[in-house]
Amino acid sequence: MNNLVVAPIVVPLAAGAILMLTRRLALQRLISLVSVALVLAVALQLAAQVWTEGVQVLYAANLAAPFGITLVADLTSAAFVAFTAMAALAVLLFAFPSLTRAQEEHYFYPGFQYLLVGVNGSFLTGDIFNLFVFFELMLMSSYLLAALGGRRRQLRETLKYVLINSVVSGFFLLGVGALYRTYGTLNMADLAVRISLSDSGGWLTVIACMFLVVFGLKAAVVPLHVWLPETYTAAPAAAVAFFAGVLSKVGIYAILRTYTLLFVEDPAFTHHGLLLWLALATMIIGIVGAVGQADFKRLLAYDIVSQIGYMLLGIALYTPLGIAGTVLFVVHQMVVKTALFLCAGAAERVAGTTHLLRMGGLLTTHGPLGVTYLVAALALVGVPPLSGFFGKIALVQAALESERFATAAVAIVVSLGTLYAVIKVFRLAFWGEVLGDRLVNKHSHEFRAMLIPIAGLLVVSVAMGLGAQQLHFYAAAAADQLLSGQAYIRAVLGEFDPSSYGL
Amino acid sequence: MEILLSITIGVVVGSAVYLLLTRELLRVIVGSVLLGYGINIALFMSGGVAPGAPPILAEDGSMPAPVMDPIPQALILTAIVISLGVFALLLALGYRTFEDHATTDVASLTGVEHE
Repeated sequence: MNNLVVAPIVVPLAAGAILMLTRRLALQRLISLVSVALVLAVALQLAAQVWTEGVQVLYAANLAAPFGITLVADLTSAAFVAFTAMAALAVLLFAFPSLTRAQEEHYFYPGFQYLLVGVNGSFLTGDIFNLFVFFELMLMSSYLLAALGGRRRQLRETLKYVLINSVVSGFFLLGVGALYRTYGTLNMADLAVRISLSDSGGWLTVIACMFLVVFGLKAAVVPLHVWLPETYTAAPAAAVAFFAGVLSKVGIYAILRTYTLLFVEDPAFTHHGLLLWLALATMIIGIVGAVGQADFKRLLAYDIVSQIGYMLLGIALYTPLGIAGTVLFVVHQMVVKTALFLCAGAAERVAGTTHLLRMGGLLTTHGPLGVTYLVAALALVGVPPLSGFFGKIALVQAALESERFATAAVAIVVSLGTLYAVIKVFRLAFWGEVLGDRLVNKHSHEFRAMLIPIAGLLVVSVAMGLGAQQLHFYAAAAADQLLSGQAYIRAVLGEFDPSSYGL
Repeated sequence: MEILLSITIGVVVGSAVYLLLTRELLRVIVGSVLLGYGINIALFMSGGVAPGAPPILAEDGSMPAPVMDPIPQALILTAIVISLGVFALLLALGYRTFEDHATTDVASLTGVEHE
C-alpha cells in the first residue's frame, strides 16, 4: 500500500474543482501552475520509489485486489506520468501568453486539469473498467479543449471527433463485457493469472482485436488515423500540443499494457502478425501524408501518425529490447512532439497563419524560434545526442535481432522521410524571404514567454540524450517488468496460490 | 430470456448502425447514443441472466439459490452516466455546428479546405 500512487490523480482533480469556483484569471493561472508542479514533484518521487522498492500498489478503501479498485504504478506507468507532468507544465506556461482571453475565461484551466486526471488515471489504473472510465474522463476534457473558441472549423472537427470516439467507446464496453463473461474479473493482474491458467481456444484473440480497435483509434493507428490531423489542426495551439504530445500516447500505453499482460496467448498472430503489419502501415502512410502537406500543424499531425508506428513496432516485435525501445520512444515523443507543436503554435501566433507558403523568413525576423524549431526537429528525426536517437536505435536493433530486416529497413527509410518533412517546414517557414505579416514583435514579452517552455522541453530532450545510458537501464528494467508480468501480478495480488483458482 | 435479450441487442444495434449511416446530423447523433444502449444490454448479459433473482445476498448473509451478478449492473450504471454526458455534449455541439454551417447534412461537413 502506498498512498502516493493516487496523488497524480487527486491533485489535478482537486485543483480542477477549485478552479471552477473562481473567475479571477490570475488566480486560475496560479492554481493550475501549482497543481501541475505538484504532480510533477509527486510523479518524480513515485518513479524513484518504484525504481528502488518495486511496483507500488494502492487498494482504494483498503479492499484487497481483485475485489476493490486498484491503482498500480510500475516503472512504465511511473515514467509516463512523470513525462506527462513535464509536458503539461510546458503546455500550461505556453497557454498563458497564447490563449485568448475568452478561451481562458471559458474554463480552459479546469478542463486542462481534468484532462490530466484522465491521462494519469489511465496510466495508473490496475483495472480494465477503470481504464474505460479514465479514458472517458480524458476524452470529455479533450472535447471541451478542442472546441474551445467555437470557430466554424473547430466545431465541425470536434463534432466528428466526439462521434467517432463515442462509437468506439461502445466497443470498449463490449470488450470489457466479453472479458468479464469469460474470466469473471476485471482486475488486470487477476485477469492475467486466469488467462495464463486457462486456454480460451482463440476467443481471447477475438477480444484482443476488439480492444485493438479501441486503443488503436485513440493512438491513431492506420486505418483509424483519419480523425487526427483535422482535429489537431482545428483546436487551440496549447491544447493541441498536449494532445499531440500525450493524448495519443495513452492509446499506445493501453496497447502496451494489455498486449504484454493480458493478450499474450497467441503472439504469433496478435503481435508478429497483426501489430507488425499495422505498425508498418502506420509508419509509411503517416510519413507519406506528412511529406505532402503545406500546413505547419497538419504536417506535424501526420507525422504523429508515423511516429505512432514506431511505438507499435516495439510492441509488435515483443522482445525485451523492442519493448524498451517503445518505452524510450514514448517518453521522447512526449517531450519532443509537445515542443514541436508549441513551435507551430508560436509560429501561428507570430505569422497569423499556419500555411507554410505564407510565413517564410521567420528565421530572419524571429531567430530564436527558428533555432528551437530546428533543435526539436532534429531530436524528432533522431540525431544524436538528442533524445530521439536512442529509442529509434533500440527499435531498429530489436528488429534486426529478430531477423526482420525488411522491417528495420522500413523504419530507417521512414526516418529519412521524417527528416525530409521537418526540413521542408524549416525551408519554407523559416528560411528564405520574409513573407506575410508579423503580428508579434521579437522583443515583446509575449514572444519570450512563448519561447521559455519550448526551450525548457528542449533542455529535457538534450538531458535525456546525454543521460541515455541511465534512461536505457530504466527502460530495459521497465520492459522486463512488462514482459514477465510476475512482479506486477505479485505486487497486486500478494502471495497467492494458483490452485485456489480451481481452473 | 437470453435469446430474447440477444434479439433485442441485435435490433437496437442494427437500428443504431442504420442511423449512424444516414446523412442527417441529428440521426447520426441519436444513432451513436442508441448504439451505447444496445451495448449496455450486452454488458448486462455478461454476468449471466437469472430472471427474478436478486443481485444481493439474503438477510441472513447466505447466497440465494439463483443470484444475479451485481457487477455488470454497476458497470452499466457508470456507462449510462457517461453516455448521458456525451449525449448532452453532442446535442449542444451539433446545434452550434448547425448554427454556424447552416446545414445538417453530414456530407457537406467534410471540409478539408484551408481556413
